[in-house]
Amino acid sequence: MADETKGWDRNQMAERAAQELEDGWYVNLGIGIPTLVANYVGDKDITLQSENGMLGMGPFPYEGEEDPDLINAGKQTITELDRTSYFDSATSFGMIRGGKIAAAILGAMEVAENGDLANWMIPGKLVKGMGGAMDLVAGVGRVIVVMDHQNKAGESKVLKSCTLPLTGTGVVDRIITNLGVLDVAEGGLKIVELADGVTEDELREATEATIV
Amino acid sequence: MKKVYPDADAALDGLLFDGMHIAAGGFGLCGIPELLIDAIVKAGTRDLTIASNNCGVDGFGLGKLLDTKQIAKMQSSYVGENAEFMRQYLSGELELEFNPQGTLAERMRAGGAGIPGFYTKTGVGTQIAEGKEVKQFRGEDYILEEGIFADLSIVKAWKADDTGNLVFRKTARNFNPPAAMCGKVCVAEVEEIVPRGSIDPDHIHLPGIYVHRLIQGEHEKRIEKVTTRNREEA
Repeated sequence: MADETKGWDRNQMAERAAQELEDGWYVNLGIGIPTLVANYVGDKDITLQSENGMLGMGPFPYEGEEDPDLINAGKQTITELDRTSYFDSATSFGMIRGGKIAAAILGAMEVAENGDLANWMIPGKLVKGMGGAMDLVAGVGRVIVVMDHQNKAGESKVLKSCTLPLTGTGVVDRIITNLGVLDVAEGGLKIVELADGVTEDELREATEATIV
Repeated sequence: MKKVYPDADAALDGLLFDGMHIAAGGFGLCGIPELLIDAIVKAGTRDLTIASNNCGVDGFGLGKLLDTKQIAKMQSSYVGENAEFMRQYLSGELELEFNPQGTLAERMRAGGAGIPGFYTKTGVGTQIAEGKEVKQFRGEDYILEEGIFADLSIVKAWKADDTGNLVFRKTARNFNPPAAMCGKVCVAEVEEIVPRGSIDPDHIHLPGIYVHRLIQGEHEKRIEKVTTRNREEA
């Protein structure tokens, strides 16, 4: 079992995920580590979508400047930018379903080698709901998962097949974990990159899915 | 015909009945029809089916209707952050129909636009697709989802004129326009009713044809998660 803290930390994973984004893209970032990706886009012209009805999401407000009418999809207070536009939820998911959003970066509970994704419920334990995740993975151009490689019990979250209820089937393109970067490919996952200080053997040992 | 009513109780008079289907605007606690929810709590209408993205939080928004056990069924995409909701759902007191967020919004919009069903790729191959018709278009599978036709819509906007033309503010727009469209009757609550002609017709977000009754009132506008940055970071 690989050390839980081995490889990249949360910020390094977010930094690596930011490299996936191309100049001019409209992008949706999920809750958790994906939110941190916004800190690393650098000079690239990236417009962030918040699926509750906003393009051009800005940073958190300064204390005392919070606006109850301005929140992101994680219900956190945010700010607008000079490029911002607002719209209703049906329009928002029209642009998602219609393939206008270039990429979504999402967290996951489990990912399978065929690109199946599970991130919305644990039967009998955790019932929160899928929110916009099912629409996003079905509609956007590219789905990138950012998550810890293993759960708190040290079990692989990168599996031959998902055990939890699915968010989408065959939807994931790339997986970025603390141990490295993997692509969903013919017959299994392909190693794209190893995290700092992680060997290929360590990555393989920590992965239940087939690596081709 | 006058659309403006003195308060939420008056605006809902004659519209509520047990077992009814209500579509509510709002996302989390943002842009929710606080005053109309309070009036429904007061009216005690029971056995409600409510289409709303979330169900408020414990003790606020639609969460108040959970506390009084007035809700029989929710049609929602996300119900985290609400312990009482979880308790009633896990004990079987409350029925929950999970809808992907975009599917829920489109079901409302479709219902309001007279479209009884539409096909979407969202949810194909998941629990959501169970029991739904699958049809292939251009070589890919899509599932049939039905439009929502509610008895009543309750929504919150920022400004209105007395003919019911609505303007929303920032991300408080969210589900309010599609929710307003899909009810037989729509009651809107706003922060300010302005004189006719003072809103530029090009700046109206939802035309008054969708709004039947209107009230103005004070809103708490509670924030669910206050998040800030330090000034030094700027």
